[in-house]
Amino acid sequence: MSNEMKRRIFLKRSLAAGSVGVAAATGLLAPQQVLAAWNKAAFEAKELSGALDALLGSSDVSESADIKVKAPDIAENGAVVPITVDASIDGVESIAIIASNNPVPLVANFVMGPGATGFVSTRIKMGKTGDVVGVVKAGGKLYSAKKEVKVTIGGCGG
Amino acid sequence: MAKSIKIRAKEKGGVTTVKALMTHPMETGGRKDKKTGKTIPAHFIQEVVCKHKGNTVMMAEWSGGVSKNPYISFKFSGAAKGDDLELSWTDNTGKSDSMTSKIK
Repeated sequence: MSNEMKRRIFLKRSLAAGSVGVAAATGLLAPQQVLAAWNKAAFEAKELSGALDALLGSSDVSESADIKVKAPDIAENGAVVPITVDASIDGVESIAIIASNNPVPLVANFVMGPGATGFVSTRIKMGKTGDVVGVVKAGGKLYSAKKEVKVTIGGCGG
Repeated sequence: MAKSIKIRAKEKGGVTTVKALMTHPMETGGRKDKKTGKTIPAHFIQEVVCKHKGNTVMMAEWSGGVSKNPYISFKFSGAAKGDDLELSWTDNTGKSDSMTSKIK
């Protein structure tokens, strides 16, 4: 059996075992807080709306066609899912990337400086199939767009 | 600590595209060690800051949901070729690293 196969089986097993431990595991993130700026509440929120409330002070989001979330239709390996959020809106203040079915839905929040455009690209982990939501804050309002990504092998390792 | 950051920044038509790779395990804290069955402690980058001439052009807050050895790319305007661009990260154990690169 190749190493790759072993790894896959391990991932599958740990995923199955992990779902029970998810609640405890997310709690484990707390003790090592070092950065005051890091928004603990937002990253601990289990639901999309809660995360947005804590992060941006509102969960009042309107869908916008000006935002494009680029992601693969099927992600064979959930540990590395390339995501690009491209917003053609003026005055983008921040871009949040949320994987709605992850144990910690809020993956990343990018706060853009005055000169930055509404473009950000990164790679995220996804535990299982679900929507990837890009939430863009511009002019004090929230806009979002989403894309479903099918995950064959989960990448959160639990 | 060895340099854990690679940056490539390119200016074209007034817009600078920044691409950066960081070396980091990005443990969520939810994964278990296969042999011992113990939970691997969380160890991930919480904050990434990118500065141009002392001004923050991009600041990111991350959870453990960003992939191992994170990659980011973003664009900003107002920089010229030859300017310095500084990128730094801080993780949840308090470790940090920074790297300065010239915009091409």
